[in-house]
Amino acid sequence: MHELSIANSILEAVRKERERLNGARVSKVGVRIGELAGVDPEALSFGFEVLVKGTDLEPLALEIESTSRRHECSQCKHVFTVVDYRLDCPACGAKETRCIGGDELELAYLEVEEP
Amino acid sequence: MSRLPVEKKVLSENDRIAAGLRERFLAQQLLCLNFISSPGAGKTSLLERTLERLSPSERVALLTGDIQTDNDAKRLARFGFPVKQITTGGTCHLDARMIERALADWPLDSLDTLLIENVGNLVCPSSYDLGEAAKVVVLSVAEGEDKPLKYPAIFFKAGLLILNKTDLLPYVSFDLGKARAYALQVHPGMEIIELSCKTGAGLDDWMNWLARRRESGRAEKA
Repeated sequence: MHELSIANSILEAVRKERERLNGARVSKVGVRIGELAGVDPEALSFGFEVLVKGTDLEPLALEIESTSRRHECSQCKHVFTVVDYRLDCPACGAKETRCIGGDELELAYLEVEEP
Repeated sequence: MSRLPVEKKVLSENDRIAAGLRERFLAQQLLCLNFISSPGAGKTSLLERTLERLSPSERVALLTGDIQTDNDAKRLARFGFPVKQITTGGTCHLDARMIERALADWPLDSLDTLLIENVGNLVCPSSYDLGEAAKVVVLSVAEGEDKPLKYPAIFFKAGLLILNKTDLLPYVSFDLGKARAYALQVHPGMEIIELSCKTGAGLDDWMNWLARRRESGRAEKA
C-alpha cells in the first residue's frame, strides 16, 4: 500500500507547481499511470482524498489516466498495445518487439483557475 | 479555467536522489543491487548464503529494510561484513532518501559492493529507484508460479529472477517451466537462476552472476 506515499508525492508536486505559477488556484491534477507501474488507481484515489482533506490545496480533484503496455516491432516498427502478454507483432508476426511504454507514473496536467 | 500540461514524474524527488546515488556508486565503481520479494521468499537466506561464500576481505556491505525489528541485520552481521538496518516504522518500501541517510556516515569509498535488502513486499518497492545497478527479484516455489503475471511491475523492472527453495519442488505444485515462461512473457530475455538456499543447489550460478557483475562494474570504470 504505497499509494498513500505516492498520493503525498502528487500533493507535494502540485504545491511546487503552484509556486511556479505564482500561487494560482489549482482545481484538478491529472496523472498518468501505466499498467507496469505497480500502482493501484483505486487505492491511489482513496489515499489522495484522505490526504488532501483539510489542506491548503482543498478542493483539489485527481484524474487518473491509465495507460497500457506498448511495444514497437523491431522489424516493421509497428507500435501496438499489448493484450494478455502477447508480445509478437500483430502486423508482421515478428517475435522481437521492444517495450516503449506502460510504466508511467507521471503528472500529466494541472487545471488552473484564471485569476 | 485552463489546463496546463506538466510532463513530470510523480516520484521526481525520489528519482533525483536516486540519480545522485547512482552517480556516486558509478564514480566509485561500486555495484549496488536491490533485492525485492514477497515476505518469506528467502532474501535474507540468500544474503546469508552469499556472505558465507565471500572471503572476509571482500569489500561488501549490506543495508536491510524492515518495517519493525533489526532481526535481519542481526542475522547478517554474523558474517563480519558491515550491516545497517533501516527500520521504516510502517512504510512498506525503501526510498532513495532512506538510502542516502543510511549511507551518510558509512565508509562508502572502502566498498565495491552494496547489497540492499528491501522490505518484504512484491509491489511497493518496485516504484522506488534506489540508485541500484539492478533489481533482483526473489520468488520461492512455495508461492504461485503465476506471480510474474500477477505482479508484472517488479518482474518487468528486475534484471535477474532468482527462483528459490527448489528443494521444496517435490512437495509443492509449483511448475518451474510455467514460472519461467511467465517471467519471460513479462520481461523477454530476463536472466533466471534456480537455487536452494537450504541445500546449496544452484548457489554457484548465483555467485558466478554476482562475480561477473562485480567485475564488469570495475571494468566499466577502467
